[in-house]
Amino acid sequence: MNTIGIWVAALLTLCIFSFLYKDNPFYKFAEHLFVGVSAGYWLCLYYHQTIHPKLLAPLFGLGDDTWQMANLVLIIPLALSIMMLLRLVPKQWTDIAWLSRWPIAFMVGTGSGIFFMGYLRSNVIEQIQSTLVPLRYEGNTYSPEMGLLGIIILIIGTFTGIVYFFFSKAHTGYFGVLAKIGIYFLMISFGASFGYTVMARISLLIGRMQFLLFDWIYPIFDISLPF
Amino acid sequence: MDLIEKLQYLDRRWIFLLIALTVILPLIIPLHLKINPSPAVESGYKFIDELPEGSKVLISYDFEPSVVPELGPMGTSFIHHCCQRKHKIIGMALWPAGQVLLESALNTVARDVYNYRYGLDYVNLGFMAGNQVVITSLGESFRKTYPTDFYNTPLSKIPLMNGITNYSNIDLIIDVSAGDPGIPYWVMYAGTAYGKKIIGGCTAVSAPQLYPYYSSGQLVSLLGGLKGAAEYETLIGKPGPASRGMDAQSVAHVLIILFVIIGNITFYLDKRRQKMRGKQAWKS
Repeated sequence: MNTIGIWVAALLTLCIFSFLYKDNPFYKFAEHLFVGVSAGYWLCLYYHQTIHPKLLAPLFGLGDDTWQMANLVLIIPLALSIMMLLRLVPKQWTDIAWLSRWPIAFMVGTGSGIFFMGYLRSNVIEQIQSTLVPLRYEGNTYSPEMGLLGIIILIIGTFTGIVYFFFSKAHTGYFGVLAKIGIYFLMISFGASFGYTVMARISLLIGRMQFLLFDWIYPIFDISLPF
Repeated sequence: MDLIEKLQYLDRRWIFLLIALTVILPLIIPLHLKINPSPAVESGYKFIDELPEGSKVLISYDFEPSVVPELGPMGTSFIHHCCQRKHKIIGMALWPAGQVLLESALNTVARDVYNYRYGLDYVNLGFMAGNQVVITSLGESFRKTYPTDFYNTPLSKIPLMNGITNYSNIDLIIDVSAGDPGIPYWVMYAGTAYGKKIIGGCTAVSAPQLYPYYSSGQLVSLLGGLKGAAEYETLIGKPGPASRGMDAQSVAHVLIILFVIIGNITFYLDKRRQKMRGKQAWKS
């Protein structure tokens, strides 16, 4: 059974890779299969792990003894869920799609409420705090001198980066020079992001190649692994 | 057509072929390039190593099969290290497929290698929908958030969970994440709100956005992509798929750097030639 699984996975991988040569029916088949299987998997998983045990079972008494029976408060999320699905009703039938705005508004409101405080504390206050370090900071892993250099770069980078995004004054003269330095810092950060993105994509390719070589081809020809 | 034009209009399939070769050859013939652990990875290793034996570690598998080459080895290495130090493992997932990947990793490492017993030494709570609400809710009560585990066993019947009410009973949180929900939410709702120590593992794509959390001390450690996973494998002395992939990764990077240099040179030469042609046309 495991061998069949490996063969199916290997052939589907090759079908997807065939797109690199040009678009073809094998690629289309693998693509559609992937989308279909993913959608089916997610639907079943959400039903069995969320909708049934957390909504239907406690509301209609369908579950086991681990849940309190007939929790009527759950009528509210059930109603909101149905209202959300009304978005799919065509206007030609009846104009009730607008009802989906209520659950969306509820989600946006609660989401913002939960998110706001957490984001403010962890992404604004603590991040600002971490830039306010003494110049004689010795927490650097390498050496105090490197630490000082790092702090100077941090100050210049933060300041000039903010200057670049200050659009109420024309970027000319000394202000323009500072903005230009800010651009260089931004470019370096974009370069780092690009480098990491390349690394991520190559990592995924390596993962697939490791699978094709060590799980599929090597066992077929009974080749011993090189490690 | 001269060399510059040929390079400019090169069929991109040649580049795909070269990339494939640079990835495949080092996998077949390993180069055994040295892997030097970075401070961001070492700090996580040190933290887990210094936790007292039997500490309770919450590991969240927040990723899916599409990023297993990067995050799979990372998660496995964390489990190896926790087992080596005899820590108790409480696994969970905020991504649906994460629970299955976690179950596989726990069984193949904790159970099969270190003879960990389910329910006593480790537990898989499974997936729970709700993203940040789940993280916040765990701070109040594990049992209310997860009435049952992955196998539908009530948490009250799992010995390991008897002493665990909320985050106050957890010594460390490890989040291996491919995106949203992931490390930022754990930092916001478990780190900042409850003061829990967090170690993060992420895909290389998201690493640049998450390193500020490490620099500010909001994360104890951050492992970025395959490189981070390989460094951790080196530290725990268990070279795995990440370490084996680093040779291919390094060679492919050299090739891409060469492509970038060649691309820029041809672009510059072509621009200069067009300029000269423009001048000649203007003179004539």
